Amino acid sequence: MKRNDRIRREYLSRFANRSYFMQGDESVAYGSLYAGCDFFAGYPITPASEVAEVMSAELPRVDGYYIQMEDELASLSAVIGAVWAGAKAMTATSGPGFSLMQENIGYAVMTETPCVIVNVQRSGPSTGQATKPAQGDIMQARWGTHGDHEIIALAPNSVQECFDLAIEAFNLSEEYRTPVIILMDGEVGHMREKITMPPVDKVKIRERKLTTGDELLFGGELIPPMAEFGIGRFIHVTGSTHKESGIRDVESQQAHHTLVTRLCKKIADNRDRIIRFEESCLEDADFAVVSYGATARPAAGAVLRARSEDKKVGMLRLITIWPFPESKVRELGARVRKIFVPEMNLGQLSREVERFVGCEVVSIPKIGGIAHTIDEIYSALKGEV
Amino acid sequence: MPEGLDRKEVAEKRRHRLFKYLRKEVLPTAFCPGCGCGIVLNCYAHPVDELQLDPNDIVAVTGIGCSSWIPSPYFLRDTLHTTHGRPIPFATGVKIMQPEKTVVVIAGDGDLIGIGGNHLIHAARRNVDIKVFLVNNLIYGMTGGQLAPTTPLGISTTTSPHGNVEHPFEIAELIAAAGASYVARWTTYHVFPLMESMQMALTQKGFCFIEIRSQCPISYGRRVGKRTGSEALQEYKESSVRIEDATEMSPEELVGKIIIGKLVKREKEEFTDNLRKLNLELRTRKIGRGPEEWSLS
Repeated sequence: MKRNDRIRREYLSRFANRSYFMQGDESVAYGSLYAGCDFFAGYPITPASEVAEVMSAELPRVDGYYIQMEDELASLSAVIGAVWAGAKAMTATSGPGFSLMQENIGYAVMTETPCVIVNVQRSGPSTGQATKPAQGDIMQARWGTHGDHEIIALAPNSVQECFDLAIEAFNLSEEYRTPVIILMDGEVGHMREKITMPPVDKVKIRERKLTTGDELLFGGELIPPMAEFGIGRFIHVTGSTHKESGIRDVESQQAHHTLVTRLCKKIADNRDRIIRFEESCLEDADFAVVSYGATARPAAGAVLRARSEDKKVGMLRLITIWPFPESKVRELGARVRKIFVPEMNLGQLSREVERFVGCEVVSIPKIGGIAHTIDEIYSALKGEV
Repeated sequence: MPEGLDRKEVAEKRRHRLFKYLRKEVLPTAFCPGCGCGIVLNCYAHPVDELQLDPNDIVAVTGIGCSSWIPSPYFLRDTLHTTHGRPIPFATGVKIMQPEKTVVVIAGDGDLIGIGGNHLIHAARRNVDIKVFLVNNLIYGMTGGQLAPTTPLGISTTTSPHGNVEHPFEIAELIAAAGASYVARWTTYHVFPLMESMQMALTQKGFCFIEIRSQCPISYGRRVGKRTGSEALQEYKESSVRIEDATEMSPEELVGKIIIGKLVKREKEEFTDNLRKLNLELRTRKIGRGPEEWSLS
């Protein structure tokens, strides 16, 4: 049992079955507490600061630790350090901070450090429209850190789902020993909705597999067990290419190949277990909308309107963005005539959809910090279906 | 050879008593001839041995650069070898979660002052209980001798071929001003006071910082006419001034001198202690129900 488990459960029990009206940022923080997060390091940034605000208030009450670092580089550094010392840890940021975290995301991938990074996406590039939402970090989440790797990224579309996916994100990170990104957007982060918190015992929590003897910590099996500092193994954790023991080996082509292909394989081979999506009205659909995050809400409205006019339009809402649900999208592309992809960027995921389908893909991009309206998506559909 | 022992056992018996602190599978070290890192490694092993610190109670955190190899991989303890410049925030995370551990950062001037300088001053400000042994060789050695934020004015390096036009940091003074609990400066010539100073740092609570001037004959020494380790040590011997004596000297007299000794030692609330105090205190404070309660009002 984790160090603070008793205190945490006791404190969270006060929320059981109660409903609250709160922001997505706040909700993702509470979901993380339910998941067992006991360490947060972050740096203030709009529109993600509320995550830190809740964590700074609540973590000390569950005998967890909150620290405000000097920047986002330090934030993810402290998170990773804390994890190797036994924490379940997270940070939260937005575009500029997410850019600064990229190097350490790669470090977490390479050292197989479970942790959660919330990115409440805002309009970029650069400072962009600091207070306005966007979905422009889809590809940065996938490829922002250098080198070959796989990543897990989840995109909630409601305040309740921010809570649920926070738990899911921690569970996935523990199971696959990998960083998991929650790709929120400023819209979902700052909107207020009703959320109901479950009894703490009803929440399924996965804990990391820890070594019980002298197993290899960085190889030997697809997902090796972890160790924490202080158990007498004199563990060696490095972002350099390493042998299965953890000791640096940057000369051997074979060592690098073995390590990096395993890191990719542990995610890629488990796609079907990781990937989640939601389908609606797709059974008889000739046309499909593929959407995610806040944009999936007006997209769902547009699909409903099209259905009310007897147009055979359905919708696939991606909950897991990475690894990309390629077999689902491929299968969808084989049975519809067109796929529409509304998103708050200039077509980042639309191009990814194109990679897997033979049918026509119509991007419905919108940038500038204002979400699509139902009308906008509907009129884009109407001309084509 | 004593009877009944084979060659291997004899060799084992003649090993230095501190050899047990080294990660044997990675030896010999990759340090260049005359490098100061071996001296620092040796000096570090002494107080660790003398204090009889539980092997499971030391975590070494390090960054990128030659001196980062002192703890990683050479020193046989739990080791976190981090990204360039970030060992201090990584170490902060470790220390918060495992406050009973002695958390040691050994890294170079490029790592801790250059790319990671901001973390260094903030950790000193927080007074987080980590021990930072900064190996300052005035150069980026591992990458082949580029200009560092510690390189003196006028020195030509591979990226200041016409001579350095930047002023260097006086890092020990900076960290003393930033709020550390203990700050000292020594050189690789002053091995005995350095060991004593490291022992002090390992036992004193709070952010403890030792700047260790160390030689890099290959990437720095040969550019300033000190092509061997011993020439550098000779210079350290001749140009070092005890801090007690330095206070009596004029700025002109101190040009080119290395001021050695203890700059600061003070009692100050420690960061992770404060975190724990807060958690304990909150347990006895009345807590309302639900998120409507945590707002600042």
